Amino acid sequence: MNSFIELEAIRKVFHEGEHNEFTALRDVSLSFSRGSLTVLSGPSGSGKTSLLTVLGCLSRPTEGRVKVEGELVSNLPEPLLAVVRRRTFGFVFQQFQLIPGLSALTNVVLPAYPTGKPHRVIVDRGLALLSHLSLGRLAHERVERLSGGEQQRVAIARALINDPPVILADEPTANLDSALSSAFLQTARELRDEGRTVILSSHDPRICDAPEIDRRIRLLDGRITP
Amino acid sequence: MHAWINRQSLLVDYTLSALARHAGRNLAILAVYSCLVFVLASTMLFSDALRRESRALLSHSPDVLIQKLSAGRHAFLTAADVERIGPLRGVSRIEGRRWGYFYDPAVRANYTLMAVASDPPARGSIRVGEGVARLSGLAKGNALALRSPEGPLHVFTIEGVFREESSLVSTDLVLMHPEDWIEFFQVASDLCTDAAVTVVNPAEVRNVARKVAERLPGSRVVLKEEILRTYDSLFDWREGLLLALASLLAASFAVLAWNKASGLAADERREIGILKAIGWDTRDVLTMKLWEGALVSGCAFGTGLLAAWIHVFHFRAPLVAPVLAGWSVLYPRFDLTPSLDPWMLLTLSFLTIFPYTLATLVPAWKAAITDPDAVMRGSE
Amino acid sequence: MILDKSVLALLLASGAGAAGTLAAAPHALAVLRRWDLSSGSASQLRLERMSTLVSTGMALLLLVQAPALLLFVAAADGMASHFVGAMCAIGSLKVNPFGFPALITQIAAFFGTLIWLVLNAVDGGCRDYPLTRAKHGVLVALIPLMAASFGLEIAYFSGLDASVITSCCGSLFSSDSSKVANDLASLPVRMAIPIYFVVLATAAAVAAVTAWRGRGGIWLGLAGVVAFPVGLAGIVSFLSLYVYEDPLHHCPFCFLKPEYGYRGYAFYGILFVATAAAVSAAALGLLSPRENASRDLQERVPRATRTLGLVALAGYLSTVAVSGWQVLASGLKLLGDA
Ligand SMILES: Nc1ncnc2c1ncn2[C@@H]1O[C@H](COP(=O)(O)OP(=O)(O)OP(=O)(O)O)[C@@H](O)[C@H]1O
Ligand SMILES: [Mg+2]
Repeated sequence: MNSFIELEAIRKVFHEGEHNEFTALRDVSLSFSRGSLTVLSGPSGSGKTSLLTVLGCLSRPTEGRVKVEGELVSNLPEPLLAVVRRRTFGFVFQQFQLIPGLSALTNVVLPAYPTGKPHRVIVDRGLALLSHLSLGRLAHERVERLSGGEQQRVAIARALINDPPVILADEPTANLDSALSSAFLQTARELRDEGRTVILSSHDPRICDAPEIDRRIRLLDGRITP
Repeated sequence: MHAWINRQSLLVDYTLSALARHAGRNLAILAVYSCLVFVLASTMLFSDALRRESRALLSHSPDVLIQKLSAGRHAFLTAADVERIGPLRGVSRIEGRRWGYFYDPAVRANYTLMAVASDPPARGSIRVGEGVARLSGLAKGNALALRSPEGPLHVFTIEGVFREESSLVSTDLVLMHPEDWIEFFQVASDLCTDAAVTVVNPAEVRNVARKVAERLPGSRVVLKEEILRTYDSLFDWREGLLLALASLLAASFAVLAWNKASGLAADERREIGILKAIGWDTRDVLTMKLWEGALVSGCAFGTGLLAAWIHVFHFRAPLVAPVLAGWSVLYPRFDLTPSLDPWMLLTLSFLTIFPYTLATLVPAWKAAITDPDAVMRGSE
Repeated sequence: MILDKSVLALLLASGAGAAGTLAAAPHALAVLRRWDLSSGSASQLRLERMSTLVSTGMALLLLVQAPALLLFVAAADGMASHFVGAMCAIGSLKVNPFGFPALITQIAAFFGTLIWLVLNAVDGGCRDYPLTRAKHGVLVALIPLMAASFGLEIAYFSGLDASVITSCCGSLFSSDSSKVANDLASLPVRMAIPIYFVVLATAAAVAAVTAWRGRGGIWLGLAGVVAFPVGLAGIVSFLSLYVYEDPLHHCPFCFLKPEYGYRGYAFYGILFVATAAAVSAAALGLLSPRENASRDLQERVPRATRTLGLVALAGYLSTVAVSGWQVLASGLKLLGDA
């Protein structure tokens, strides 16, 4: 009962009923507890990204159920789902997906806009996060002028702005060299130690075989393999 | 409530930065939009101003005006004629009026010289409209010399300068004592230009007019309400015609706006995808897009209206006046009195902001329902 | 046909309203038939997305109906100068038989759209869309109303013939006319005044109770339905006399004119807003589900009812205050000081 997120018999089918129908996930059941660091690994096309989107309520499973804190969320209407997503998950995307032309700080605070908190509060938290990730002096720099590692830290700060209990990161180290990769791993461990659930997808052996990882899940053709 | 206001202000904040980042693209639509508002507003402001001028002009004219015709042309009315109309039920006053046009070669302008019966200026003195004062460069206390059409030069002292709500009325008016007028124009003292009839009950005007026409055959009876009606429908009709044409413009503009809004650029689409993925929901994005529309509308509306105001009241509407040629023939020259009618603003926004917002709604919604997981895949 | 700028604007607004509601009809019917929030199926998802579009679009189309009603009255008033015999809006509206029906359907559409907007606002404030079905039901009911309003407007404006000699307020309320208008006009002032003030004060009291309790919108709606005609009758039977300071002039339109400082817009404005708040509160009470309401709904409905109650209270109180002031401050004395 201490599992924070539960997936029950998830099936995810793209283009259902069309000629290019494709089943990306089959019969996936998993649960994640608080304060754990998990890596999803598997070859390209095995369904890691698909699993993360279903897990993070970015998309709905074709079959099966997703529960967050025991509450069934996989059939919530969209606005409610967005609230769950905002409260529960922080995302770090593979290409960072920052909005060019905006400052690092603005990028970081964007997920907090729909919450209706005062601007001051949001900005203060954004600045605190950035300086915690030693980006304080770059807060007002436009993001496209930052280096890859700095951009990733901006993306991490953005994932943390609403203080979510779960952090999802898809191929976080794919664009980084090994020094930056281990720095990321360090940050991930800190987040786990703060009590957050951290779930990464990667096929990078530096990540998959790192000793900090609590749990390794392997996917093959949309199934979990032991 | 606080949260709602916070959210809206943050969304506006984001919208502003988004507009600024895609300035080039937005400027084009803003320019077209402002032009549309400009054309519609110019037409409305100009015709409104003309309508007001004509009303102001007519507010000085009597309920019923009697002119004598001789061989189909305007002729003097005699005191006997006025007497013949005599006492009529419902009529509170009949007054013979003396006025005439006078061309002053010194300033190359036409004056209207009018005799005033009640409280006239002293003999040898005149009161002039501010237009006359401006043209001749004279002020109160100065003397104005006019060469009568019959030859002799008359010198009048300017007793006062007056201005009216409408410059149409006051521009060219010169008021003088009846005796001076008779002397100046050398007209027999029992003649007058026309007769003004004041009627007690507005509902009786038509009856009075009919009786006058019966008693004074060969005269022309002009009703104020008739003139007002003619002017009004003339103005409304021309304005409406122009606006109907302009509405076609508005329709094509709406199509353009739709096109522009649905052809979201790739970077904009990607931005919205990111926003959806990091926690914005459909309604947040839609609200943001509506704010965008509102800001663009407000900007275009303000710019267009201001430009139209300057165009009409400072430059006398050179761009729409020729199209509405009938009016400029009616009144050869005058300054328009600036004024802004709230109903006109409401109508203008109905014809511009409303269709624009409708046209951009569906594209905005299409952008807002982007799948939030789009960002996770195929992002290269 | 009169091609006036406000006519163009009005036809655009009501045409868009009619077309929009009609276009939304298939979606509204689908919602009424298939809406099931717990399903999470693809078709339900499509309905939800479509609902966002329809709600926003309708909010836009219906939001303009209130200013459109104002503009309609102002346009009718302004057009009076085109017609022989017309002095105010009554004269222009009577030029052809479609004028008054057009006005009445517009008023009905005004109330209908406000009910819809209130339901939409409460629905949008709850994350589980509790009023979606109700709101789409109201939308379906609005379709014929909007269509009728558009049709009547076209008929009215295209049938405006400047050569028609119309009659105005003077004859509508004259003693030889046998209309309801005349009955109202001939109601003795001694009777009309107490009825008017008692009814409006009662409505204000009901509104106060509703605002206090946050429930009982239905009672407020009933009070509003009674107070509205009484308020209008009061304007015709005695308020007009005090406004014009003329014991025979019963016109409910003349005081919209600038000569009376646009007083009419204030009079009608507060009465209409109060009535709209009252009937919306009733609709909210009737249409929101009572069993297993979500937490959002349990919080939102009383809050909205309270706000509507306050609006109605303010409206009725100011109606009483303004008309009381009008009676006392007028130069006309009808009641005598005996
Ligand atoms: N929207 C989509 N439509 C159709 N097929 C899709 C879609 N998204 C993913 N797929 C397919 O589902 C399969 C799993 O994709 P997914 O992105 O989850 O794999 P992955 O393990 O993340 O791969 P990679 O390591 O390359 O990122 C792939 O074969 C992919 O082509
Ligand atoms: Mg992937």
